[in-house]
Amino acid sequence: MQRREARAAWTFSLPALLLLTAFLIVPFVLAFALAFTDQRLIPNPRLPTEFVGLRNFERLLQDATFQRALLNNFAFAAFVVPVQSALALAMAMLVNQRLRGSLVFRTIYFSPVVTTMVVVSAIWFLLYNPTEGFINAFLGAISFGLIEPIAWLQDTRSALAAIAILSIWQGVGFQMVIFLAGLQEIAQQLYEAARIDGANRLQMFRSITLPSLRNTTIFVIISTTILAFRLYDQVKIMTQGGPQNATQTVVYQIERVGFGQLRVGYASALTVVFFLIVLAVALLQRRFLREERTV
Amino acid sequence: MVRRAAWTHALDYLLMTLLAAFFLFPVVIMLVSSFKPDDALIMRHMSSGMAFVPTEVSLQNYRDVFANVAFLKALRNSVLIVGSIVVIGLFVNSLIAYGLARFRFRGRALLVSVVIALIIIPFESIAVPLLLIVNRFGWLDTLYVQAIPFIADAFSIFLFYQFFIQVPRDLEEAAVVDGASRFRIYWSVVLPLSRPIIATVTILLFLRHWGQLLWPVMVARSVEVRPLTVAMQQFFGQQPREWGQIMAFAAMITIPVLIVYLLFNRWFVQSIASSGVKG
Repeated sequence: MQRREARAAWTFSLPALLLLTAFLIVPFVLAFALAFTDQRLIPNPRLPTEFVGLRNFERLLQDATFQRALLNNFAFAAFVVPVQSALALAMAMLVNQRLRGSLVFRTIYFSPVVTTMVVVSAIWFLLYNPTEGFINAFLGAISFGLIEPIAWLQDTRSALAAIAILSIWQGVGFQMVIFLAGLQEIAQQLYEAARIDGANRLQMFRSITLPSLRNTTIFVIISTTILAFRLYDQVKIMTQGGPQNATQTVVYQIERVGFGQLRVGYASALTVVFFLIVLAVALLQRRFLREERTV
Repeated sequence: MVRRAAWTHALDYLLMTLLAAFFLFPVVIMLVSSFKPDDALIMRHMSSGMAFVPTEVSLQNYRDVFANVAFLKALRNSVLIVGSIVVIGLFVNSLIAYGLARFRFRGRALLVSVVIALIIIPFESIAVPLLLIVNRFGWLDTLYVQAIPFIADAFSIFLFYQFFIQVPRDLEEAAVVDGASRFRIYWSVVLPLSRPIIATVTILLFLRHWGQLLWPVMVARSVEVRPLTVAMQQFFGQQPREWGQIMAFAAMITIPVLIVYLLFNRWFVQSIASSGVKG
């Protein structure tokens, strides 16, 4: 009986296990191996692939493009994560009040999430147009001309921020829904009791809402951070890493080096660093969540 | 007291309306501009409120997109790729999840934790080695190279697994008594009960793969096999930009998905909400 069950289990698992091995585990392990070689995408018969030790990683340390990319990813995360998380929470609380029409508002706020990032990037590229774009015209109009036109995507100082804004626009609905699910699990009696004690909205937010949403907030912050490090589509469409590497990112560089320049070995070294960052962020989440459980 | 409530509600409505305007305006501008046949007019209107006024309703841009970018071919490719990832993926991933949730065998606990550990590997960290592999096999510039690597998905397995361990065993035990095979029980007893989780996984897989750019950029450049995202990326990269056509193209990618979203709004929201409970 037990053995027949085991056979059935492995039969059921076989297709998925084969596919996961071939297309996830093998390339994942391969990345770590290739990072120590000078492998090229199209091998040159006269120059066989060689083991090069730590050379790729030594080069990484001196690679100005990579350093800029890493810095950009951290800056992007430092801006997007707090703004997007706070905005998502505020929006979730607004639509959670079940005022008339809040379902319609929720539906609208989430709609950018189902809009493909490639499309979002194309539309915002037009909106950001320095001379005729809608955004400069709007800012000029509401400030009575005080805000000068900004060359959003062409200026090294604003390009990354411009991408961050549209990323928040596209993604914040997702986190709003996660927060909404968290809010709906909070027992309403807590709020009623607080109201009887004469607590105001701010006090209730600080002593009931925020503590109850602890795990949800950690999840949102961590998953938004990981998304920030995966930044690629917007850069590919809008700026190709420019101007002067101002929007260079690690994943964009991985694609350019591995696919564009065919340097698989060096791109694998970049990949390893990228994965270690994502892993570190994910482990941070584990740690915080575990603390919560032991309380 | 009542007056104060009314006052704060007015403030809430003001905030909610401003936010709604913020989330709607790019899509409205896209749609309105797509109907304006003259690019110079689009640009002139873009720096004023006229960007929201459909001064002309012409389908010229749409006709041009069909003529210039092989839109239908790209649409067909996207539908085939995402369709097969979702349909085959639902089967393969639910099958292993059912095996893990229901059968007792040695190595079960280990297998479950391996699958959960695999969730953390982002696609970006296997893209380049995977490119090397599929290039060796001569799989470049095909439709299947865009689908097969994504059929098995650790997160989908995890979602199915979580669902199956909560399904009561009574029905399945009745089927065992009737002498049904294990596959038959999975197929005709358990799967029909699993509609909510099937909808969730379908929506999450669709959202992830419909907009995928990084992988098709590397493996699918030719007009024959490129999906909508690559077609858009290539068309957008051509100078000078034809803004009317770009907006019409963008609208044709976006509007069908928005309609499906509006029809199944509740399902979308529930799917996303349930993807957040992991950790």
